[in-house]
Amino acid sequence: MSATSREPRGRRPTRLTPARLGLYAFLIICALFFLTPLYVMIVTSLKDMPEIRQAHILGLPTAPSLAAWSKAWFAACTGLTCNGIRVGFINSLRIMIPSVIVSITVGAITGYALSFWRPRGAVLLFGVLIAVAFIPYQVFIYPLVRIFSYLGINNSIPGIVTIHTIFGLPTMTLIFRNHFAALPEELFKAARVDGAGFWRIFGIIMLPMALPIIVVAVILQVTGIWNDFIFGLVFAGRENLPMTVQLNNIVNSTQGEREYNVEMAATLLTAIVPLVVYFVSGRWFVRGIAAGAVKG
Amino acid sequence: MDGQGNVSLRGVAVAYGPIRVFDRLDLEVAQSEFLVLLGPSGCGKSTLLNAIAGLTEIDDGEIWIGGRNVTWHEPKDRGIAMVFQSYALYPRMNVRGNLSFGLKVARTPRAEIERRVRTAAEMLQIADLLDRRPAALSGGQRQRVAIGRALVRDAGVFLFDEPLSNLDAQLRSELRVEIKRLHQRLGATMIYVTHDQIEALTLADRIAVMKDRTFQQIGTPQEIYLRPANRFVATFVGSPAMNFVPGRIECGSDGPVFQSPSLRLKLPNYPFVQEPANASPVELGIRPEHVIVASDADDAQEVSVEMSEPMGSDLLAWTRLGDLPLSIRLPAETRLTPGDRLRILLPEHRSNLFDATSGARL
Repeated sequence: MSATSREPRGRRPTRLTPARLGLYAFLIICALFFLTPLYVMIVTSLKDMPEIRQAHILGLPTAPSLAAWSKAWFAACTGLTCNGIRVGFINSLRIMIPSVIVSITVGAITGYALSFWRPRGAVLLFGVLIAVAFIPYQVFIYPLVRIFSYLGINNSIPGIVTIHTIFGLPTMTLIFRNHFAALPEELFKAARVDGAGFWRIFGIIMLPMALPIIVVAVILQVTGIWNDFIFGLVFAGRENLPMTVQLNNIVNSTQGEREYNVEMAATLLTAIVPLVVYFVSGRWFVRGIAAGAVKG
Repeated sequence: MDGQGNVSLRGVAVAYGPIRVFDRLDLEVAQSEFLVLLGPSGCGKSTLLNAIAGLTEIDDGEIWIGGRNVTWHEPKDRGIAMVFQSYALYPRMNVRGNLSFGLKVARTPRAEIERRVRTAAEMLQIADLLDRRPAALSGGQRQRVAIGRALVRDAGVFLFDEPLSNLDAQLRSELRVEIKRLHQRLGATMIYVTHDQIEALTLADRIAVMKDRTFQQIGTPQEIYLRPANRFVATFVGSPAMNFVPGRIECGSDGPVFQSPSLRLKLPNYPFVQEPANASPVELGIRPEHVIVASDADDAQEVSVEMSEPMGSDLLAWTRLGDLPLSIRLPAETRLTPGDRLRILLPEHRSNLFDATSGARL
């Protein structure tokens, strides 16, 4: 008896249909669309200038070298100084680390207060927070510059950290509030009967349960703050310009020949932090920490 | 513990914004009493329990626990412990951490915490689970831990908010017995919210039946079951439900008589709560197990069997009295086939009369 005419029994055989082929084709094209530029950047950064001038943009480097990477890191000219992009890298870290910590802390506390304690006017406050998130932030820049220079924190690390905290607040509050609102309220009540107050319930019960959402918040804030250009340019001050601004200075400096390999290397170096964050934290997205809190 | 357990609600009112939930509720719970708040979902029983616990603010009235006015006290200062329906165990702590959390907050000495946790764990047979996380426990074990967390607080009053509703039938009856045993052993006051009338009847010293945010009746399980104060209580308590026969009262020379198209029942000794008006419309209620099968009595009524449900311990016959449904509980070995005819008597002292319009007991 041949395989095609046999009675249905056991697992149904899978078949490659045209629809499925089309789906695979679409997925492959999408992957190529995003991977090709990355490929071009990597191979270009490993070539030297004579080879780049041959204009084989997709070709592999004949003699791969990290010279361009080294130059981008140590010696590329960002405006008047030629100390490489590492200066910006350090500045970006100095801005990002406190900004991420402060903005997530403030957002988590606000979200927690809005979901469990419901102070008077909580709904209104939350509504305003979300509404403001939709106003283009260029509108705020000039008034904020005036306020900050009046307060004496313009052009400083505390100033830029404050800015990132303020502008991160709507999103951070929203994701933490939604996470806490989904937790069983009885958990909060049980902790109150046990005598825990605002901070203890937050620190010992709720925050450990918010671990997955903290990871999400870190991903959002690290990439958001690292990629920020305009706030860094306006509020950080000349000494603290972040990596994105420095990268722009390298790429847009127009003296002499364009060093494509150095520009590619500098760009990749700038992009490396968000990339690492995504790769390292990916598995956390799928972790459910609240398991066991309610009937499972 | 003297006088520590009695709970007293005096004119308590709760409102959510403009919506009144309760108006002036009064309730006295005696020391060491097991009181069950019974009612359908949405009747306000959980809100009331939360108000006693201090988790819901009240708008008016006073709450006294153990002779102290605790109306403005925080939950932890009220001398209460609480068990929740969803267990509400802290998921990131192990069982030991869950049990000792409240004591740590209260800065109890470490040796004392250790002693109380051990006592509670042994009492609830969870001593070998102390190092597990809640996620690694079964439903029944989780609820034991939740009860243990209440035990270690050494409170005079225990509040239970539907603690068994998330468990399957077998575990439910197992833990029900355990809670009753615990009550006998501790002698603490317990207030227990449930919508399960079996739980209420088996556990309670007194039951407070609630509907639409008011007490319908407060009494012992016996009173609630045998002399329900109104038609709602009569229907809500008891399974299968009480039978009802609409009719009217006729006050003749030989005492009041219940009269309906298919049934006539003399009520010379019925303990009327209020004197019935002649010819007033009423409903006669009788529980399935109170119907007597008497084939040789002269004044027996004839009913026809529609079907029978063997329940194991007994058998439930669904019959027709005229065109009204009537269920009768019979011994398990009874053999019935549809179409059989039975002659029955409705005993006067097991009958309940309700006003047809207000539903109040007559």
